[in-house]
Amino acid sequence: MSRRTPLHEIHVAAGARMVAFAGWEMPLHYGSQLQEHHRARSHAGLFDVSHMTILDIAGTHAEQWLRELLANDVARLQTAGTALYGAMLNERGGVIDDLITYRLEDRYRLVCNAATRSRVLEWIERQSRNRAVTIAERTCTAMIAVQGPRAAATLGGVLRQYASRLDALEPFCATWFGDWLVARTGYTGEDGFEIMLPGDAAPACWQALVATGARPAGLGARDTLRLEAGLNLHGHEMDEDVSPLEANMGWTVAWEPNDRNFQGRVALEALRDSDDYQVLTGLVMTQPGVLRAGQLVHLPGSDEPGVITSGTYSPTLGHAIALARVPRVEARQALVDIRGRRAPVRIVRPPFVRRGKKVYN
Amino acid sequence: MVDTPKELCYRETHEWVRDEGDGTVTVGITDYAQESLGDIVYVELPAIGDDLETGQEAGVVESVKAASDIYAPVSGTVVAINEVLEETPEIINASPYGDGWFYRLEVADAAELEDLLDAEGYLEVVEEEEAG
Repeated sequence: MSRRTPLHEIHVAAGARMVAFAGWEMPLHYGSQLQEHHRARSHAGLFDVSHMTILDIAGTHAEQWLRELLANDVARLQTAGTALYGAMLNERGGVIDDLITYRLEDRYRLVCNAATRSRVLEWIERQSRNRAVTIAERTCTAMIAVQGPRAAATLGGVLRQYASRLDALEPFCATWFGDWLVARTGYTGEDGFEIMLPGDAAPACWQALVATGARPAGLGARDTLRLEAGLNLHGHEMDEDVSPLEANMGWTVAWEPNDRNFQGRVALEALRDSDDYQVLTGLVMTQPGVLRAGQLVHLPGSDEPGVITSGTYSPTLGHAIALARVPRVEARQALVDIRGRRAPVRIVRPPFVRRGKKVYN
Repeated sequence: MVDTPKELCYRETHEWVRDEGDGTVTVGITDYAQESLGDIVYVELPAIGDDLETGQEAGVVESVKAASDIYAPVSGTVVAINEVLEETPEIINASPYGDGWFYRLEVADAAELEDLLDAEGYLEVVEEEEAG
């Protein structure tokens, strides 16, 4: 049986096409994925992300244990209400999951992917044996993202009595508004917020955000928005056989201090020092057609092909874009196998779109 | 929910076929197909003069979400294509049975038209896929 979020009835009433995703019934779109995408870039899009796995970590060893569990260093979170993005690695340096860690007053909160939930729970259960940490999954907490240039105005309309505090919230920080934890984070390349709140309060919050101008957007728009923003999706850009170095996530690995022995460090250092690994890059195709995951990428001067990890039609740019894992060679152009023909593409540095505008060269 | 006009014939691969009564048929994709694909952003059509066999790939339709092959519902020669689709593929979403038609075939063997599904038969295929 697939699980339903507290917003399920609202989605169905709004005409959502519901699909199975990672054990959940989620809205794919509410009529037009393209319109939902454009709305998030021009005004504010509203996303039900209650399927994400929320884990609260407490106990006297919580900080020390998380410094061993994660490739980024939670010691960088010096005050409550700060957050960082990073990877949870296996012994081989492969990415079990990518997640945001929040430091709260009395605990840490991890927001992990839905698709990796059982693997993450199994892994952290094993890693936390005999350690003074408690792990609590927040199954009754819902999560709503509001994203776009009007996100702050929209959410400000709902949290009217706190408007100045909301405006002052810095990117990648979080603060409490009553029992809502509101973070200035997202997955679209726009300004925006992610709201973690009690499940039974989620429907009213959602309706209030619709009333102040946000429009529901499904998983379809969420995917095209994140891809335009050059953001990774676990299971596409990385998985347990791909290291952060091969997924453009090297910046999330805290190598210093070098005596912090986080899980996967030994394997990752060996890979880094070998200098022999592929890298994630962006592709742009301006001729008609759509780039898709799995298509092979041929670079000049390399016999070894790369592969597209995610590809789509970019609604903002009006042509195809992709992320691809490719051999590390200097090249500005490549050829992609599309159904028997070889289409020329440009190699660019992601992101493709930020704050509604083309940003690649 | 989905629109399946009674006067058309269908293939289980989600093409519709309209007999023009002059030895040609017009072919497109069904309302169910366009709705399942979502916003269509790209179409590859066959070329005029192409000889197609029944079931042969006749082109590709791509939405934001996925690519889907389109197949020749009967064998024949392509005599017209809807070139407008190359610039404005979204009209397939707006009008799958009207302005969103794909191509016209001169039918090689009129008997093959008998093998196509009627609206009721096609709806059964849709229901099976939805249940699937």
